[in-house]
Amino acid sequence: MPPDVRNEVKKPKKKKVLLMGKSGSGKSSMRSIIFSATIDIDLSHVKFLGNLTLNLWDCGGQEAFTENYLTQQRVHVFSNVGVLIYVFDIESRDVERDMATYVSIISAMVQYSPTAKVYVLIHKMDLITMHAREAVFVDRVRLVQQKTAEFTQASGFNSELDLIPFATSIWDQSLYKAWASIIHDLVPNLSVIESQLGSLGTIIEAEEILLFERTSFLVVSSWTSEEGLGNPTGDRQERMSNILKHFKQSISRFTGTPRNAEQFILMEHKAGPRFSMFVCKFTTNTYLMVVLPPGEARFNSARFNCQIARESFKFLDGPTPGQGQSGRA
Amino acid sequence: MDSRLRGQDVPVEHDSNEPWAQGGESSLTPAQLNLTRLFEQDQQRQQKNMPAKAAEQAPDGTAKGKPRLLLMGQRRSGKSSISSVVFHKLPPSETLFLESTARIQKDELPSFMDFQVWDFPGQIDIFENPTFDIDAMFGEIGALIWVIDAQDDYLEAVARLNVTILNLQRTYPNIKIEVFIHKVDGLSDDYKLDIQRDITIRIQDELSDNGFENAPVTFHLTSIYNHSIFEAFSKVIQKLIPRLGILEAMLTNLCRTCRFEKAYLFDVTSKIYIATDSAPADMTSYEICSDYIDVIIDVTEVYGSWPRSEKHREGLEGSPWNQKLEDQVASNWAESCMVLSDGNKPIILREVNKYLALVAIMKEDSYDKMPLVNINVEVVVQGLEEFFDITKPK
Repeated sequence: MPPDVRNEVKKPKKKKVLLMGKSGSGKSSMRSIIFSATIDIDLSHVKFLGNLTLNLWDCGGQEAFTENYLTQQRVHVFSNVGVLIYVFDIESRDVERDMATYVSIISAMVQYSPTAKVYVLIHKMDLITMHAREAVFVDRVRLVQQKTAEFTQASGFNSELDLIPFATSIWDQSLYKAWASIIHDLVPNLSVIESQLGSLGTIIEAEEILLFERTSFLVVSSWTSEEGLGNPTGDRQERMSNILKHFKQSISRFTGTPRNAEQFILMEHKAGPRFSMFVCKFTTNTYLMVVLPPGEARFNSARFNCQIARESFKFLDGPTPGQGQSGRA
Repeated sequence: MDSRLRGQDVPVEHDSNEPWAQGGESSLTPAQLNLTRLFEQDQQRQQKNMPAKAAEQAPDGTAKGKPRLLLMGQRRSGKSSISSVVFHKLPPSETLFLESTARIQKDELPSFMDFQVWDFPGQIDIFENPTFDIDAMFGEIGALIWVIDAQDDYLEAVARLNVTILNLQRTYPNIKIEVFIHKVDGLSDDYKLDIQRDITIRIQDELSDNGFENAPVTFHLTSIYNHSIFEAFSKVIQKLIPRLGILEAMLTNLCRTCRFEKAYLFDVTSKIYIATDSAPADMTSYEICSDYIDVIIDVTEVYGSWPRSEKHREGLEGSPWNQKLEDQVASNWAESCMVLSDGNKPIILREVNKYLALVAIMKEDSYDKMPLVNINVEVVVQGLEEFFDITKPK
């Protein structure tokens, strides 16, 4: 591996992630589910994968606050933004007004951080009946895009503002899909992680490998074998995040330990002659899930190989003071 | 049917190459013979108690020899919600949208004992209505579950229940009456117990006034928003299992041999446990085991339910393994294990048959003993198979 890539990791990246939306749109409950912390804890810095600190700004949605962000604190809030996550409540009664607020936020952001990515989460989708969800979502996204386009044309902002829309609900895996995608763009050295997962997967004859972040259980990176691509379940990554996160909470109820503490070390499942899988603690900040073809010997050797591979993924945990030094000595 | 813990069924030869299946009738062990004898005695005794009628019953043919559960209660008391949540995996929050039941709904469940849940519309009074064939309805049921809405005025419900019990006691004294004091979520613990005491007294007074001293009436506090409804069903169903004591003794034995903290035998579809060891059962250990089954079902649904290509299979069976996939696995049944961070405590899961799974919580730091534990579990699973083979309704 080229040494300069590793050095780049050592620099902690401070990216500001703005989480905005009208009051009551579900920002805080969303955040507390993903990062499993209690509501009252100030989460402005979320540690994610050791070297990546998400500078998460959960901006209160009450109108008085929004006023304030847009005027006195405009520079302070909207400069140096890496990602803006804007949450819309699908059940909102005053869509016109929501859009107006949204446009003024976008205008402030474009002014101070023109390169920031914008994610639009259409939230509380569970409140819409199943068969109407797709249509309602497409409709709302079109409206947001239209408003954004109107704004960019009027203000003479030259490059296209790229919106990435997601339909979300805290009651299913959709939330994990959106957040995994947001996180994906922020993780440094993604290509290195991906290629290493690939070589590990090939060696152990795996069908699929998922790398989870320890507390949020968001998928950081994944690798799927050619055969594994045949799996018809398209949303399996976020489903696994959701399943494991839920189970983590069940365990915390059983053990009586805090919700965000580490809950399990290993889970293995051998489904007879269908498949085997295991989820194990990998590096300090990650869990590894490996799906394998059946076979006792294959399973055991894969477990050992993953333990050995741990060493090559140590860089995921980033430098902690002292540790990096002793490693080099 | 496909196994939910293993994914699609791959044809597995289950013939006589398994040691315990050898021989058949001729080489029964003393334990097997004993169980057979006890079970037959039970059957005979039951037939004596249920005079004449018992033999000719089986009103619709399908129910023959299978325990039936009857769910009754006032309208809007939560009967349909209960059966949807327990037997059809409906999320509790969705039950708000269930319509009122207008006619008797019969539910055949793909479960190990073929429980039948008859969902009675609350507004029908069966004893007043001559069009109901009381005999067909109650002739074969094992337990009558009466649902009372604890958040409502329950006096009328209790009165109706009393009428029902009195009617049933005369003709079918063997039917177990299980009262679910339902919707107790949100009530304080003191208040719950007050209600339970009040209802118990009202029913027992009425019964003893009519000369029934020890009627088989049991009370459960339930809610669909937590595991209490499953717990209550488990207790009801355990009463319907012939020779439950032997099952329990097997599990207790396993716990002692392997130093398990707790072992449950689950019906996978409903996540009702049909037996457990003699250690006191607590809600939290039941919950973790039942949630673990859910995790395994969910993961299996994603990775175990699609066919891999033939070419891929050939690759896996080729060098360096040079073995058929079926021979590469240690067990044809689903085997699972997880280790908690808290004290390195393992929890294991083992599929017993199409419907049942054994889940056990092990002692701290005992993951290293897994191979030995697996062998012991294997033996117990074989024993369970034999048990169900002997006691299955004929």
